Amino acid sequence: MKRVIHIVMSRPLSILGVGLIALVLFSALFADLIAPFPEHRGTVVDFSNFNQPPGWPNIMGTDLVGRDLFSRIIYAYRLSLILGAVVLALATPVGVAVGLAAGYLGGWARFLLMRTTDVFLSIPPLVLAMSIMGVLEPTLINGMIAVTAMWWPWYARLVYNITLAEREEGYVLAAEVIGASRTHIMFREILPNCFPAILTKMTLDLGFVILIASSLSFLGLGVQPPTPDLGSMVAEGARYLPDSWWLTVFPGLAILVAVFGFNLLGDTLRDILGSGQ
Amino acid sequence: MRAVFRLLVARLFVSLLVLAGVSVLIFAIARVIPGDPARIALGPNATHEQVAALRGQLRLDESIWSQYAWFVNDLSRGELGQSLYTNRPVVKDIAQFLPATLELVIVAGILMICAGLPLGMLAAKYRGGVIDNVVRLLSLLGVSAPSFVWAVILMLLFAFYLPLFPIAGRIDTAFEVPGVTGFLLVDSLLDGQVAAFADALRHIALPALALALSGIGQAARLTRANMVETYDRPYVEMARSYGFPEWRIARSYAFKPSLIPSLTIIGLDFAAMLGNAFLVEAIFAWPGLSRYGVAVILRKDLNAIVGTVLIISAAFLIANLIVDLLIALINPRIRHSRDAS
Repeated sequence: MKRVIHIVMSRPLSILGVGLIALVLFSALFADLIAPFPEHRGTVVDFSNFNQPPGWPNIMGTDLVGRDLFSRIIYAYRLSLILGAVVLALATPVGVAVGLAAGYLGGWARFLLMRTTDVFLSIPPLVLAMSIMGVLEPTLINGMIAVTAMWWPWYARLVYNITLAEREEGYVLAAEVIGASRTHIMFREILPNCFPAILTKMTLDLGFVILIASSLSFLGLGVQPPTPDLGSMVAEGARYLPDSWWLTVFPGLAILVAVFGFNLLGDTLRDILGSGQ
Repeated sequence: MRAVFRLLVARLFVSLLVLAGVSVLIFAIARVIPGDPARIALGPNATHEQVAALRGQLRLDESIWSQYAWFVNDLSRGELGQSLYTNRPVVKDIAQFLPATLELVIVAGILMICAGLPLGMLAAKYRGGVIDNVVRLLSLLGVSAPSFVWAVILMLLFAFYLPLFPIAGRIDTAFEVPGVTGFLLVDSLLDGQVAAFADALRHIALPALALALSGIGQAARLTRANMVETYDRPYVEMARSYGFPEWRIARSYAFKPSLIPSLTIIGLDFAAMLGNAFLVEAIFAWPGLSRYGVAVILRKDLNAIVGTVLIISAAFLIANLIVDLLIALINPRIRHSRDAS
């Protein structure tokens, strides 16, 4: 624990990362308390106050129907974080199981599983998610499915590579010699050694899932209005550049802040879990 | 060289296998569509007979296996079927929109290599210095925003507040460039129109930079990490003790081995850029595949969706083949390996 604190405190960027993520998590958790206009996450219309530049009480301005941009961004954070958590909770176990099986069992299992993984990886990520979204109705749940479908192969690739190396280690051979079952060796012996890498990747990926999900909704293939979403806010506002710059700049910066924070945090985690112990 | 050639043939074979897998996957995705594509294409006012006729024409009533067989049959003749959105062959649509997208992605790729690698080299050379920290921050920021956010920021800064670059489009309408390759930068030079070339270059600068930003950061970071590692190797120390000049050590001893992992990442980034081009094109009104792709997806235009994804994946596989070839040429272990091995 002391080492952890030392690593975090010794680098300004790590402190920044922890701070940014704390801010994002806090605002998402307590959105109802922080947002000055909680009702503006829905279909409120206030034409007397539309398209206002940043000021008071709308510190980030208002959108084209008079909703407070700051409140909508906070609610969008909540949605993005839920989406990211669900996607990773679905994609990680699938990818890990595929990677473990392919790496440890070898032979036909490896050929079949890793070639399937290659197929998924050879469609540009966004394009794969887009085509899945095109087939399904654009809802939050379907958005999660689409992003999950493009995400698991990366975990399969990661765990596969680690498993290939770990398979030759003494402790695996020892378990084999005493007659442990394959499932035991895969999940109880090899898997714990993959945890540091998986955990680091999940932290980094939480940011990237938010990024991809916002890209989908930017193209109109994700969460639909009136649900507040950072990507669709940018897309809507882009038509009114440069005059109503706040419509795009603030949601855009909001994405940047969240993803940047998770990147810094992931980097720090890599140093804590990787080198040394 | 024979080893390189054999590696290339093997990779080509695997790529074709993967492409076949992609066609199965994307075909499967397109056919689990809820709702009737024929009905969507014809609209709510069409009669049942008209819808039934279109279903028959699209072979939607046959089994999925026979549909796939027809698809492969068409593909072998270089056809991807008819688009319901434009009422033209999908191949023609893609041929019209793809060059603009490819031009954008290629220029962004060049930008990524020409900026990312030198930045990484500088950061490694002056480890812990100002450049190193700036590169680290830039690379972290670069990957932290989707390319459409960078596109908006660059547009606001360098097209609106500092009107240095045009806001939208590929080229000024005053120029008429005959289409030969579809790449305006190439076509304008082929036709000897230097002014048109300069104008096209000004138009492509901001979108390409927005697209390349995250790749520049990644390439720089990776190059730095690998060079720092190679700088610690004994052969670099030996080169130093021989009194070789520092630039020669940097170039031939530290840079070349670290180029190999960087190239692999560049191949992967190329894939990401092919997808992200959709985002940047939407902001800069770039007349590429983006608008077409999104439109056909929203209209559930099966043939066009399958065709677009297949072409983009093929482009990605070709890019990775080129990367593999470059790595084989650089890496002496592959270049000089015996044919027996």
